[in-house]
Amino acid sequence: MMSDINPNFEIHIRKRKGLIPFDIQELKRYKDLLVLLLYRDFSSRYKQTVLGPAWYVIQPLIQTLVFTVIFGKVAQMPTDGLPPLLFYLAGLLAWNYHATVLQATGNTFQVNANLFGKVYFPRLIVPFSATISQLIGWVIQFFTFVVIYTYYMTMTPFGKEAVISWNALFLPLIIIQAGMIGLGTGFWLSALTAKYRDLQHIQQFLVQIWMYITPLVYPLSMIPEKWQWLAILNPMSMVVESLKVCLLNAGSFNLQYMLLSLLVTFLLFFSGLVLFGKVERTFVDTV
Amino acid sequence: MNKPIIEVSNLGKCYRLGELGAKSLRDELTQLAGRLKGNRAPERNRITDFWAVRDVSFQVKKGDVIGIIGKNGAGKSTLLKLLSRITEPTEGEAFIRGRVASLLEVGTGFHPELTGRDNIYLSGTILGMSRREIKERFDEIVSFAGIEKHIDTPVKRYSSGMYVRLGFAVAAHLNSEILLVDEVLAVGDVTYRKQCIEKMKSLAKEGRTIFFVSHQLDVLSNLCPRSIRLHKGELTGEGDTEDLIQDYLKKDDDSNSSSDSIWEGSEGDDIAKIESVKLKANDVPSDNVDIDLPIDVEIGYRCLKDSARLNASVILNNSLGAKVFSSPNLPSAISSEDQWGYQPHSKGTYVSRMTIPANFLNDGLYSCDICLSTDASHTNSYIESAVSFTVHDTGSMRKEFQHAWWGILRPKMHWKTEKTD
Repeated sequence: MMSDINPNFEIHIRKRKGLIPFDIQELKRYKDLLVLLLYRDFSSRYKQTVLGPAWYVIQPLIQTLVFTVIFGKVAQMPTDGLPPLLFYLAGLLAWNYHATVLQATGNTFQVNANLFGKVYFPRLIVPFSATISQLIGWVIQFFTFVVIYTYYMTMTPFGKEAVISWNALFLPLIIIQAGMIGLGTGFWLSALTAKYRDLQHIQQFLVQIWMYITPLVYPLSMIPEKWQWLAILNPMSMVVESLKVCLLNAGSFNLQYMLLSLLVTFLLFFSGLVLFGKVERTFVDTV
Repeated sequence: MNKPIIEVSNLGKCYRLGELGAKSLRDELTQLAGRLKGNRAPERNRITDFWAVRDVSFQVKKGDVIGIIGKNGAGKSTLLKLLSRITEPTEGEAFIRGRVASLLEVGTGFHPELTGRDNIYLSGTILGMSRREIKERFDEIVSFAGIEKHIDTPVKRYSSGMYVRLGFAVAAHLNSEILLVDEVLAVGDVTYRKQCIEKMKSLAKEGRTIFFVSHQLDVLSNLCPRSIRLHKGELTGEGDTEDLIQDYLKKDDDSNSSSDSIWEGSEGDDIAKIESVKLKANDVPSDNVDIDLPIDVEIGYRCLKDSARLNASVILNNSLGAKVFSSPNLPSAISSEDQWGYQPHSKGTYVSRMTIPANFLNDGLYSCDICLSTDASHTNSYIESAVSFTVHDTGSMRKEFQHAWWGILRPKMHWKTEKTD
């Protein structure tokens, strides 16, 4: 029965030191837990809702319509020469994954306080599984985009000039970056809300404000060139911008900007990871 | 492998009181502002260190079943949390050579919306099993919990009994070498508790190492041959469970009594003081009493003020801390004539003797609180757990029935059966 257990297996309990908060071997042993947490998220999320996963289609469509009316029609913001509907929908495709990951992971300790107080497992599994489970919503949203894109390609004049480029293959990398930014911020917020509970109210505002400083309802090209680097320090700017480059052949791509954006992303993600690991060790004592 | 399966050395956990609990950012800012202005932190926020566990070292051999005995706040739960890695020690270290499953609650990780089947997998993996291992034991778990019919029902529709049974079933079938168990058995009905204890015993027989915390000393002594004892965060004893339990039931460690059956001292006010308490069986001081012998509690007290209406009282507690009875020496509350109870005393020393009849208490551990009062209302002295004793089953009532005898008491009652047709 216990043949799969290494006889030299040993857990050493002590005050941990150092920056690296996780043990890859241990994470591997808990891979089944990751699978089951994903299953739990997926099968429990839409119990007792009327529309179920259809919300993933409805929500970005409503957002897009609101943007089209307010920013497109009323404020007359430019959309890089794209049909406004496609422009906003593409922006939201990048943004929503980031935002849902941030919201799903931003309060990990408080939400799981009871469970964490009763049993040990690598805490990182929880935000990781939340990040992956948000992909389900993203995929549904992506298909919505594809449907509307196909409509524009075949039924409107826009289709005559537009081409689908090989750049579209970069899409998974862009989404990974969006996920890392969301998760990195989620790590930070989790660690901070574990200590200062009132920060959980800030999460909502943070997402809203962040959305408006990201070139989502306006193109990056609207920002004067000498100030663009400032906008790029917000790593989501390049995520949104390069997604439009990949899928719609519109927007501006600049290698320097991309490298800067990646640097900020990695800094955010790994600093968050270290902080999360630090709080994880004794979080239970402060509940 | 000869190394002990659990090796703990100088383990300590310090909590910073005053800093406990998540604070709001506002508190922190006001505090910071105060400090900038040159004020000291307000008194209530002053940080003090509190060692919940300190300098604890012990070893456990593979296959041992170890109990942890200690009062509330002695550090039992903290020790369990450290060993199960829920929180990190402040100092010292421990080695655990095997997989650990901590059962600090029943139904760890259950999600109410999911079915029993899904929750078995979820809870099992949270507790450290792989899906393959759970699959192998799935049928066993379901039949142990007795929920075959409801296995595809969401657990939020389960009765609390079913929920608890399923939770324990998952935990009991974990494939880990070491089990850390905290009071899990305290919930549920009698049959269920019995089932749990049987399961734990059979796990122990399979060679699992079990670490067990419970306030129910009878369960501990039933399950764990060996124990460790914690007192105020420190390890104060290690060895035979029965011995440690007796030690535990004694008055606090600063007691000046040499034996559990005798208390000597001088406690009280300027009216009267208790000076001695003795337990006697057959007129000999004894803390081990046969079930078919009467037990005498002798209370020696001194009256310091003429014409005080004094009376002594005995409050008997069982091993769970429940009050079995209290008996004040007041004329209307006793079955005999007493010359002095609730009568004006003259200065001097007195001895009151109360007798607990034979064949009245059940077997087990008991302790006596002793009280001395004036006018049946003013308490001159109250000594908690002044003396304690163990009642042993001699078998005199067991010529027919052999199993566990339910109840706090085991009196011989009057019975009469008549044929009615």
